[in-house]
Amino acid sequence: MPKRLVIKDIEKCVGCGLCMFACSRRHGEIGNDYSGILPVSLSGFERGATVIFCRACIEPPCAQVCPTNALTPKEGGGVVYREELCIGCKNCINACTIGAIFERRNGKPALCVHCGYCVNYCPHGVLGYEEVEA
Amino acid sequence: MKVLKIDLSKYRYEIEDRRDLFEEWIGGTGVAVQLLKEEMDLNADPLSEENVIVFAVGPFTPAYPLASKTVAMFKSPLTGNLGESHAGGRTAVAIANAGYGAIVIKGKSKKPVYIVVHNDKVYFRDARVIWGIADSLIVGRIIAEREKGRGIRTVMRIGGGGCNLVRYACVTTETYRHFGRLGLGAVFGSKNLMALVVIGRGSRKVPDRRKYKDVYEKIMKLALESGAMKKYHLLGTAVNVLPLNEIRSLPTKNLRSTVFEKAEEISGEALAEHNLGRRIACSHCPIACVHIAALRIPYETEPYFYKTIMISYDYELIYALGSMLGIGSREGLLRLIHKVEIYGLDAMSTGVCLAWATEALERGLISEKETLVKLSFGDVDGYMKAIDYIVKQPNEFYKVLAQGVEKASDVYGGKEFALAFGKNEMPGYHVGHATHIGYLIGLRHSHLDNAGYSLDQKLKEIPPPNEIVDKLVKEEEWRQVLSSLVVCFFARGVYKPEIVAEAFDALGYETSEEELKLKGEKIYREKLKLKIKMGFDPDSLRLPKRIFETECFQGKLSEEYIREALRYWKERYVLPLV
Repeated sequence: MPKRLVIKDIEKCVGCGLCMFACSRRHGEIGNDYSGILPVSLSGFERGATVIFCRACIEPPCAQVCPTNALTPKEGGGVVYREELCIGCKNCINACTIGAIFERRNGKPALCVHCGYCVNYCPHGVLGYEEVEA
Repeated sequence: MKVLKIDLSKYRYEIEDRRDLFEEWIGGTGVAVQLLKEEMDLNADPLSEENVIVFAVGPFTPAYPLASKTVAMFKSPLTGNLGESHAGGRTAVAIANAGYGAIVIKGKSKKPVYIVVHNDKVYFRDARVIWGIADSLIVGRIIAEREKGRGIRTVMRIGGGGCNLVRYACVTTETYRHFGRLGLGAVFGSKNLMALVVIGRGSRKVPDRRKYKDVYEKIMKLALESGAMKKYHLLGTAVNVLPLNEIRSLPTKNLRSTVFEKAEEISGEALAEHNLGRRIACSHCPIACVHIAALRIPYETEPYFYKTIMISYDYELIYALGSMLGIGSREGLLRLIHKVEIYGLDAMSTGVCLAWATEALERGLISEKETLVKLSFGDVDGYMKAIDYIVKQPNEFYKVLAQGVEKASDVYGGKEFALAFGKNEMPGYHVGHATHIGYLIGLRHSHLDNAGYSLDQKLKEIPPPNEIVDKLVKEEEWRQVLSSLVVCFFARGVYKPEIVAEAFDALGYETSEEELKLKGEKIYREKLKLKIKMGFDPDSLRLPKRIFETECFQGKLSEEYIREALRYWKERYVLPLV
């Protein structure tokens, strides 16, 4: 069974963004440009916080609109991203219903590939990394 | 490192490479001092076009956790001298990810605007429609809905306090964090600047992945497992209420007492048990010290209708709007905190001003003709109305009170119980001599400059005044390194000199503990020099009589002791720089 980044309890999110920084560090970068996960407040922190990342769709709309096959559906859900094929058209960013594909400074997408690295840095048990049924 | 300079008078901006500044002065406080020196006429009126605002972050942002403070530096409209204020939230991370080490704001817009910085672009937006909205939370929401960058931005804005030039108005960010103290909100207001939005998406290469990972993990471990931040992780700063009350150090009813009979009711423990509804964190902080109370309030006239408001509390707010005003009900306290939050006022200054006004009214120095409402210790409703008046300033008295307690007592008397140090209203500690010496010689007149209140609690016996001064200055010098790194002071137990040196090394900069300490001394001197050039005179520091009347942890304080400390400080640290 494939392993996925999952939400254990979204209500526990404090909006610290440690997941976002972990994601860019995984790419050898300090900052957020390469991050495929985004911590947001719910229209202001008075209503709490949440994180946005790829749901690993079985039929990913982002891959359907990719003109160069830089994004292709992965077996069991989600996508495989081949940056060298990407022309930065941003179709995928517009196609994702939950806004989980982010635009990097160079115009190309940043997205979660479900590696689970960020889970090690979530201090409050919001995120988990688990086997799921494909 | 780049510096973004924005000129509101000409609606222009430029970006400069200033790695020279960051190499010599680290970032944050160290760099802000230099930029202010370069950019500002030091004789400028703080509410004029000539005032300059610097926001600076440091080399650890966002490389490491807990280095997410932004240092703001400006000329304070409250004191007429150097203003420095630190805030967390997402400010520092947004500025750093946008590609900047510092942002400088100069000039004055002809009409109300807000600024949006999106990576390397700057946009000036019309703010005429939202100017004057008194509720800073609503200002924040409107701007957040209009602008891009959800999750990677900061929205630093003012409310009614800043728009109406209350000289202790703050700039509020991410709903619950503040550039408080010394009136940055009024400086925004005077520039017709409603908000500064910074949207940052960016990153830089890690030079040595293994080394960097090791140091990163070490810092995380220290933060979460060593106990260095336990206090903030559990009850938060509100944990201070009961211990300070127990050792007779909790300023109560305009410091006529240091023991509050209702301390239990407004303690961190009680708030956690009855009201704590949520926790949130500044960006890149695993501690999440921001404690938010949920307060359920019924509609005044309709049964079974409620509103639930979320109110962030901290020790200083509980002191200033609780014990200092004799407020012993949690609901009353939270309503006052919310009121101050909405307007974007500094809570400590507001509380101290109201406490002075209450006593001045009791003593007949002023009458209800001035205050417009009866003020008495413990009466929430009176204070709720008075806070409205501070912002709206319907008469001469409130126009004066909006300029701070120093000014108010200049005009109406009551100097002996006007609790300001260096014209900045008192923080929530009356522990001993070092506490007050700390407020007086601290370059921001803040308890956090040198933590005198903490030193007082550690002393076994009282040493000669010069020893206290040397200790306080030494602490303040090291804190210049932390605030130049923009490390949160709550993480000072994590970022010890050896860790800081290691963290630098992992980013490819060689330094040593010794060099860091020398930098701290240098930055302290530079800041003091800047303060002197702006007209600071140590001889003008006023000691409110009240602090010698009310017993504290150290018993009755000696005026001679504190005066001797000031003499020594001037001789040893100030005069060599003149």
